Amino acid sequence: MLMTTDMRKTSESVPVQKSTREIYLPPQRSSITGGGTAHIAAKEFSIYYGEFEAVKKVSVDILSKYVTAIIGPSGCGKSTFLRAINRMNDLIPSCHTTGALLFDGEDIYGKFTDEVLLRKKVGMVFQKPNPFPKSIFDNIAYGPRLHGVNDKKKLMEIVEHSLRKAAIWDEVCDRLDKNALGLSGGQQQRLCVARTLAVEPEVLLLDEPTSALDPKATAKIEDLIQDLRGSYTIMIVTHNMQQASRVSDATLFFYEGVLVEHAPTAQLFTNPKDSITEDYITGRFS
Amino acid sequence: MNIGTRKILDRSFTAVGIGSIVVMALALMIVVVPIVYNGIGAVFFTGTVEHRKMLHAEFKRGDSQELSSEVASSNRYRAKIYDMLTGFEAELETMTPEKKAEYQAKYSQVRTALQALLGPLPGDPEPMLTRFKYGQTRWDKAEEKLHDLLFESKWDNSNPNVMSKEYFVSRAIGFEGTSLVRLFPYVKDNFENMLLPEFTFYWGFITDSSVDSHFFGGIWPEIQGTFFLAIGAMLFAFPLGVIAAVYFTEYAKPGFLNSMLRSANSTLAGVPSIVFGMFGLAFFINTMKVSESKSVIAGALTLAIMILPTIIRAAEEAILAVPKTYREASLSLGSTKWNTIATVILPAALPGILTGGVISLGRAAGETAPIIFTAAVSVGSAIGLADVFSSPTPALSWNIYNLASEHEAATQLRHVQYGMVLALVTIVLLLNLSAIVLRARISKKLKC
Ligand SMILES: Nc1ncnc2c1ncn2[C@@H]1O[C@H](COP(=O)(O)OP(=O)(O)OP(=O)(O)O)[C@@H](O)[C@H]1O
Ligand SMILES: [Mg+2]
Repeated sequence: MLMTTDMRKTSESVPVQKSTREIYLPPQRSSITGGGTAHIAAKEFSIYYGEFEAVKKVSVDILSKYVTAIIGPSGCGKSTFLRAINRMNDLIPSCHTTGALLFDGEDIYGKFTDEVLLRKKVGMVFQKPNPFPKSIFDNIAYGPRLHGVNDKKKLMEIVEHSLRKAAIWDEVCDRLDKNALGLSGGQQQRLCVARTLAVEPEVLLLDEPTSALDPKATAKIEDLIQDLRGSYTIMIVTHNMQQASRVSDATLFFYEGVLVEHAPTAQLFTNPKDSITEDYITGRFS
Repeated sequence: MNIGTRKILDRSFTAVGIGSIVVMALALMIVVVPIVYNGIGAVFFTGTVEHRKMLHAEFKRGDSQELSSEVASSNRYRAKIYDMLTGFEAELETMTPEKKAEYQAKYSQVRTALQALLGPLPGDPEPMLTRFKYGQTRWDKAEEKLHDLLFESKWDNSNPNVMSKEYFVSRAIGFEGTSLVRLFPYVKDNFENMLLPEFTFYWGFITDSSVDSHFFGGIWPEIQGTFFLAIGAMLFAFPLGVIAAVYFTEYAKPGFLNSMLRSANSTLAGVPSIVFGMFGLAFFINTMKVSESKSVIAGALTLAIMILPTIIRAAEEAILAVPKTYREASLSLGSTKWNTIATVILPAALPGILTGGVISLGRAAGETAPIIFTAAVSVGSAIGLADVFSSPTPALSWNIYNLASEHEAATQLRHVQYGMVLALVTIVLLLNLSAIVLRARISKKLKC
């Protein structure tokens, strides 16, 4: 008895929520070839963990100022690919790459690439909110300070600006000196976004930014992505099909390390070319 | 497993746990209570007028006027004894040579016992050693010495099958029929008047230097030496250890050399401290010649080498315990590796690093063997900060051992030994306590 009522409730509430959210959607771009320049480009790009090839010969253009979603079953190499873009994989000693991955036309894994400079331009927000055990202010000011901003007034400006952009200013403006670990999970995640925005990156990499959050906090993060759309090149890994279709312009579908399909989001979700993609987005496997 | 058995298991485990804690606490009590009781006895005790005389003469402490009136009153009672002694000496002259020889021997024993009680007698030459310049300074010791005066200790070895037994014979009996027989009851009855016992709080035990190798005075040079050595060791070992730990955890490439270095470090942590002592002598003094011979700097370096592995291990563990996500967050903001370590990793690891550091500090303060050959002397005055490069120093750990087993009057100086032990235990305890407080404060700052 209980279960049936519960189920009815969910099945009723989901479409309602979906339809209300869709109202606010700005029009999505319908092309992945025209209208923008390739900000990030992969050419026959493979990533290995030791012998194991986690990402296999991917070739793709990620357009500037687009929101690009990466979907695919667990273990298909989404995170691995995303982390390659700001060289986070350098932390894993066994990880190495072949082929080329270009950022603004320059090879990310080139011999003379300064990964520190690269990461300043390519910011990342992780699956689990990871604020530093410092005050909210110090969290946001961390990046700017690193890059030479020491003036207290200037820092304050940056902090406020970043927090406002991340839509969390109103919630934390009266406790900037409190430890960031005291915030809720959703607030922490938006704080992390603000922290990334504070160094003024060009690209924003989001690796399942909402998987640790409740629906309300998730909605806030999605709104945030909508706000940032058009100002940054955004790449978001997600397991949530609705989320991908709601927030992204283009979608990449990965399967076992292979880039199976890359299409405008609307097209990929309504009219997938590949049968595996179709199986995946219709939930026949996950 | 059904719920009943589970509950019984839970309860019995709780009981065993509580039991073992109680046993531990009892064992601790058995060790600590005598240390605290006797150690406090070095500072709070019943002191005699001899103690006050000593303080005034050696440390210029106490009120001269009050002291001279005390001495005068004490001397009034002592004068009678001196009279008796002169009387008896005159009596000796009138005796036959055999009798005289017999009494002479016993009489000199009485004189020795009296000297121990009251200090030099009239007519005695000025003693060379300070310890003989004064009578008993502590009332508890004086009472023992009084017993020595009143009774002669003899050994009963009539039965060859059992161990000899000590028994006491009244000395007064030996002087039956002479004028000296009156001396014994007189001393006994006027003992307090001669020594004027008074409750004493001798804080100088902490702040004074010792006089005549710990017979009188305090243990300041030892305390100071302990601090010099431990803090000196920390100054070398702490930065070095943290840097090494950062290298091991952040920079070293995994490989043969690295794993060799790590296991060498672990082995080093288990090497007996006496080996470090020999090493310090051979390396720092004989080879490197950091000083002519024993010196604080050589001892501190030796201790530093000894605690280095512990500090490295603790720091390594603390650094590895820092969540990976902090590192990722910092790097993803365009921070350099070094900056990430300095601004994120080390601050987050600080509580653990500090705990390891302070535990090592306690160990450096307490170790004896490494400083025997490199830094410690049994008797010495407090040294200045400028002398650490050339002078050795007394230190609590070494002097406790020395005083308890090497000192020529070890049995008479138990109170000093206990005082030193209590001082050392207190220092180590305070260090650990400060580490706990510091850790808690930093952790709290990191958490909320
Ligand atoms: N550090 C590593 N060392 C070795 N193999 C790894 C490592 N990290 C990931 N892999 C492997 O690489 C493959 C891709 O992993 P990745 O984390 O990119 O998957 P994912 O698509 O992000 O999955 P999920 O949706 O579960 O996050 C997996 O098969 C995984 O086992
Ligand atoms: Mg992933």
